Amino acid sequence: MDTLVAQYSRPAFEEEGYSQEDQHQLAQITPSLSLNFALPPLANPSAFLRATTDDHANPDCPIKLAHGTTTLAFRFQGGIIVATDSRATAGNWIASQTVKKVIEINNCLLGTMAGGAADCQYWLAYLGMQCRLHELRHKRRISVAAASKILSNLVYSYKGMGLSMGTMCAGVTPQEGPALYYIDSDGTRLAGNLFCVGSGQTFAYGVLDAEYHYDLKEDEALELGRRSILAATHRDAYSGGFINLYHVKEDGWVKHGFNDTNPIFWKTKLEKGEFSNVTSSLV
Amino acid sequence: MAASIFSSNPTLASGPNYSFSQAANNAAAGVKEHSFYPYTDNGGSTLGISGSDFAILAGDTRSTSGYNINSRYAPKVFKIGGDDETGEGAHIVLSVVGFAADGQALKERLDTIVKMYKYQHGKNMSVKACAQRLSTILYQKRFFPYYVHAILGGIDDEGKGSLYSYDPVGSYERESCRAGGAAASLIMPFLDNQVKNNNQYIPGSGEGHELVARKAEPLPKEEVVKIVRDAFTSATERHIEVGDGLQMLVATKDGIEEVYFPLKRD
Repeated sequence: MDTLVAQYSRPAFEEEGYSQEDQHQLAQITPSLSLNFALPPLANPSAFLRATTDDHANPDCPIKLAHGTTTLAFRFQGGIIVATDSRATAGNWIASQTVKKVIEINNCLLGTMAGGAADCQYWLAYLGMQCRLHELRHKRRISVAAASKILSNLVYSYKGMGLSMGTMCAGVTPQEGPALYYIDSDGTRLAGNLFCVGSGQTFAYGVLDAEYHYDLKEDEALELGRRSILAATHRDAYSGGFINLYHVKEDGWVKHGFNDTNPIFWKTKLEKGEFSNVTSSLV
Repeated sequence: MAASIFSSNPTLASGPNYSFSQAANNAAAGVKEHSFYPYTDNGGSTLGISGSDFAILAGDTRSTSGYNINSRYAPKVFKIGGDDETGEGAHIVLSVVGFAADGQALKERLDTIVKMYKYQHGKNMSVKACAQRLSTILYQKRFFPYYVHAILGGIDDEGKGSLYSYDPVGSYERESCRAGGAAASLIMPFLDNQVKNNNQYIPGSGEGHELVARKAEPLPKEEVVKIVRDAFTSATERHIEVGDGLQMLVATKDGIEEVYFPLKRD
């Protein structure tokens, strides 16, 4: 009886403020590496999450997360080209035109960002941490295959919780050469020569598939990456802003600018005669 | 970056939709359905602009719930890492808009962390480190998000003003200006034009596509204060959830200065 009374007569203020665990976390010098996330006090947390944040399932959802993208990466004889647009949308609202969708995991590994912006930023930063730990433990750089598998295993363990990411890992290592992997939040992990991800992927594939071959020269490859993103920003309302271009080589990646699409579009139209569907004056 | 904004924003074309459109379905006929809905949109708007040696965060002080105004002085901008409850000695500023209770919880958590950092390391946390930490704090609640749009400001290691904006689950980007909250869709285009000089060209610099674009130059503090005041007086005229007072925190190398201007109270 006493135990029952004790159980139901705890003072109401006991759960106020920070819990023991919270206090411990706050007092730690560095934030813990363990992945404990707060969950809503419900039997089915993912249904709550879907109702509040997934605008695909519920267009009136109160918390809109950034979405919409075109990203691409392809392998060629000189390494790997990675290119993205820079628009983030929340519903019809353009939340930002200057998003950095290429995430520099370390000086020879790149990740791209499509889907939930926070999911990609957080987990690719986590991947960067794991890659560095691998380096320290094994005294050599992690292979792209291993790095991509860390990420795919990780997102697979959260399957059904509502993570949303479509990412590509590109890198060059001595044992693999240039390597490219596609990983998404369903748990898919694919190795390949050429991938486009995001709402504008079909438009980018259209240009990329037509012009791509493995023996492309470096400047041709860069131009093809740029042109494919341009095509996607032209036809996909959820893509736009700036074209972010990277080239991954044996001794690390090189950045080839973050350029506004508008002048590139008019240059492409007026100097090369493409986009003839667009007129520069009213007819 | 990738900041994302709340549902009441992109509604210029389709008419306003306000927070109570999210309330539980209380249809008189049929089965009453009660759902777990732990959020209220308390309205209001925030705005941040960074300059060459300062960062300004501003927010109106109205707190609403549906059509009700519950307070005319509920701050949305806070000093982070100060010595006591007055915020004396703080070097970082945070603004939160959305659900005020989540905002308060977030502010207190970040404040504690910045203080603990100072006690443990014997130096102030840099704005860059604080920005990264705020991102992980938001992401810790990825599956039960803080319903807030946060903006963080301060002075970076080079002495330049810095500003970071966040979406509710922690994706973030360093920017020169950002508006958040109910009137973000009214203020942000104004900022793009006045602060970033987007889509402006130098007259007579060329014909057609040869026109030279106007570069964005960092604005002096006095100019930025004027822009912020104009943004809020205009937003007050066109958004029901904005008004009452404008609170501004100006971070410079000498500390944080607080400024208050009254706004229309109708």
